Amino acid sequence: MARPAKFDITAAREEHAIELFIGNLLRVCVIATVAVVLVGAALYLPSAFLTRPTYHKFISEPAAFRSVAGIIGAAFSGNGTAIIQAGMLLLILTPILRVAVSVIAFLYERDYMYVALTIVVLGLLLFSLSGGA
Amino acid sequence: MHLNVAEFSAILFFGAILAGFLGSLTGLGGGIVIVPLLTLGFGVDLRYAIGASLITVIATSSGAASAYVREGYSNIRIGMFLEIATTIGALVGAFLGGLLSPDFIAVVFGLALLYSAYISSRPRAEHAPAHTSDPIAVRMKLPSSYPVSGEMVNYGVHNVAAGFGLMWLAGILSGLLGIGSGAMKVLAMDHAMKLPFKVSTTTSNFMIGVTAAASAGVYLHRGYIDPVLAMPVVLGVLAGSLVGAKILGRSNPRVLRIVFSVVIFILALEMIYNGATGKI
Repeated sequence: MARPAKFDITAAREEHAIELFIGNLLRVCVIATVAVVLVGAALYLPSAFLTRPTYHKFISEPAAFRSVAGIIGAAFSGNGTAIIQAGMLLLILTPILRVAVSVIAFLYERDYMYVALTIVVLGLLLFSLSGGA
Repeated sequence: MHLNVAEFSAILFFGAILAGFLGSLTGLGGGIVIVPLLTLGFGVDLRYAIGASLITVIATSSGAASAYVREGYSNIRIGMFLEIATTIGALVGAFLGGLLSPDFIAVVFGLALLYSAYISSRPRAEHAPAHTSDPIAVRMKLPSSYPVSGEMVNYGVHNVAAGFGLMWLAGILSGLLGIGSGAMKVLAMDHAMKLPFKVSTTTSNFMIGVTAAASAGVYLHRGYIDPVLAMPVVLGVLAGSLVGAKILGRSNPRVLRIVFSVVIFILALEMIYNGATGKI
């Protein structure tokens, strides 16, 4: 009864398949983040009992924890805190990856207006990740 | 406090589980209570709190989106179109965050909390989907369809410019305060653009992660994101919100919404007081 007269079931299915893929991608990224964070936490744990929290005063994070290259470098040195930070970076990358996949999805649908819009969003995100202005 | 980091993190983890659970059940997101929880409850500096909150917002948005997407409610075109407004706003907000004093930001945060408490305390009646659309909405291919008890129902889209403008504001608040601005996003889509309740809620959730990522990059470079502080918050909120999202589909937690609104209202007054008296 509520079914509209012109409902393109094939297009809707195709679009839903892309959304499903993106949904699964997000889920995989979040699971990977949790795994990376837990590995880092396990390595960090022994020193957690010996350290007192000092978050009441803001001292900026060390340079190695503030850039993409720095975090990746520090994480591969096996430092627990750096591995946790790599997990945080992975989390920041997740929505960016989602937008990148959407560019491909709209290309596949030949929806060039949305390809352009999505590239603008992707550009803004990469601008931010590179440190912004 | 004379706790070591392990004890501190453990307590924070349980607080974060509760925040995530309530945040996802009420649709406000866990981020809205993370900053007050950290600053008021644990004495954490506002800048670290904002960093941890932003990361948490990304985690919950991404985690819950995979569940919502499967149900076919979210509108990917509306999401992407409005993300232009929210990402620009988030960059502006993050830029302002570097200029304004933490005390002032705390007061703005309190006001945003008050607004969220007001929004979540109001009953949300599900209105019938709009049958017509504004010409610009049609040109942007925004109208779509969503499942209502197994049937696909078409819906129209209105007031695109107003929605876009509200989304820009939502983005600024998100970037400045480290929150998802879910309440404001839903307002833009629900009230201005006349989208069905489920579509606006799930599309908003889908967008929140992208908006937060836009300011998280800037804050990462500013040294606001502390891995050891963020870890228990992210894991706790994620666990809590996944449980909340599973229950959300089956219930209409009206009483919980009111309780959560009262909690947010009290936190709002405390944030404003602490900001105004320079205690943040």
